[in-house]
Amino acid sequence: MNHRPAALPHRLAPWLVGLPVAAALWVLAYAHLIEVADLMIGLFGLSRTTHLGGALHFFLYDTPKVLLLLTGIVFLMGVIQTFFAPERTRALLAGRRLGVGNAMAASLGIVTPFCSCSAVPLFIGFVSAGVPLGITFSFLIAAPMINEVALALLLGLFGWKVALLYLGLGLAVAIVAGLIIGQLRMERHLEDWVRAIHAGETAAASGDDLTWPERLHAGLRHVREIVGRVWPYVLIGIGLGALIHGYVPEDFMAAFMGRDVWWAVPAAVVLGVPMYTNAAGIIPIVEALIGKGAALGTTLAFMMSVIALSAPEMLILRKVLKWPLIATFIGVVATGILLVGYVFNLVL
Amino acid sequence: MKNIKILGTGCRNCQTTLNLVEEVARAQGVEIELEKVDQIQDIMRYRIMATPGVVIDGEVVHSGGVPDRKKVEGWFEKSA
Repeated sequence: MNHRPAALPHRLAPWLVGLPVAAALWVLAYAHLIEVADLMIGLFGLSRTTHLGGALHFFLYDTPKVLLLLTGIVFLMGVIQTFFAPERTRALLAGRRLGVGNAMAASLGIVTPFCSCSAVPLFIGFVSAGVPLGITFSFLIAAPMINEVALALLLGLFGWKVALLYLGLGLAVAIVAGLIIGQLRMERHLEDWVRAIHAGETAAASGDDLTWPERLHAGLRHVREIVGRVWPYVLIGIGLGALIHGYVPEDFMAAFMGRDVWWAVPAAVVLGVPMYTNAAGIIPIVEALIGKGAALGTTLAFMMSVIALSAPEMLILRKVLKWPLIATFIGVVATGILLVGYVFNLVL
Repeated sequence: MKNIKILGTGCRNCQTTLNLVEEVARAQGVEIELEKVDQIQDIMRYRIMATPGVVIDGEVVHSGGVPDRKKVEGWFEKSA
């Protein structure tokens, strides 16, 4: 064994100092967002009551807020994910019965690292190890829909209530859709070569032997990767949101995205499918639209549809699923999202 | 000469991994034969559950995400 270079990830001491300092700075910055935004507006000689001032204030307040939340949550998630390698999640789910298994799968979908380009290997890995199809789907629906980026943005722009609602309803859609697909017994609609794969020895679960510094370092890498990738979308999204906020007249959206418009929810779901943007770009725009009279249920349905039902992901899944199963998947999930939208519009 | 396969259906992380491995090998003067495995049927033979994966001389050494640079350097130190 080679001697390890005294590299950063293996020592705890820097973290014991750095982490509290970073956390303190984070809290300090977060507590003074409004003051800073007001100050900046003042420097430009603008008032929040003008169109330009309102738009600029929205941008200067929301951008740092969302980026701070994003960094914090993505870091935590990066650390948590080191405890849930896909191999371990699979071991937890193998042989589970429908019901409990679906709830577990949907919850594990939140904390297991997942990117849509890994959907196929993950799917096969699950099914070939004896994870029932319905439970696998609960995981596959929850994993992309409830992600740290969406949660951070919802928390920053809508507050914790809506973030929790999104979390709860996303889980509900994933669990129920998985249950239904499980009941339909659609195993024969897997592609033949997938069914021919039998689980054998798999590569050992990674992540069991990590030290704390390594886990924290993984959190940092997660921040670099995720925040590094989505920050332009956040800026563009909040920028467009700011324009809407400052310039679109009040109640403009009520006419076609208000709660009295019955066709708005299905239209939002259909519109969401071909859109393959990430949560970072879409949520700020949506928040601004709500300020202009769009109904929350319609908007949530749109967000879920954009994130959970994307055309490119369907094409990836087509490699392992036959059309009837894909159609069922889309139908069940879309129905779930529709219900979420209507219920929201009725209740709130 | 090491035979290295990068498993992945062509997402950006896979390309990053490929470039990283190539770069590190060149920097350490290790001769490698680099191969890209992008057909899902072939990838699944290695029984990984997340891409990109890295296979050295038939053995899976990494899967799920771009590997750490240190980790990649470790692969090439052993033989030297």
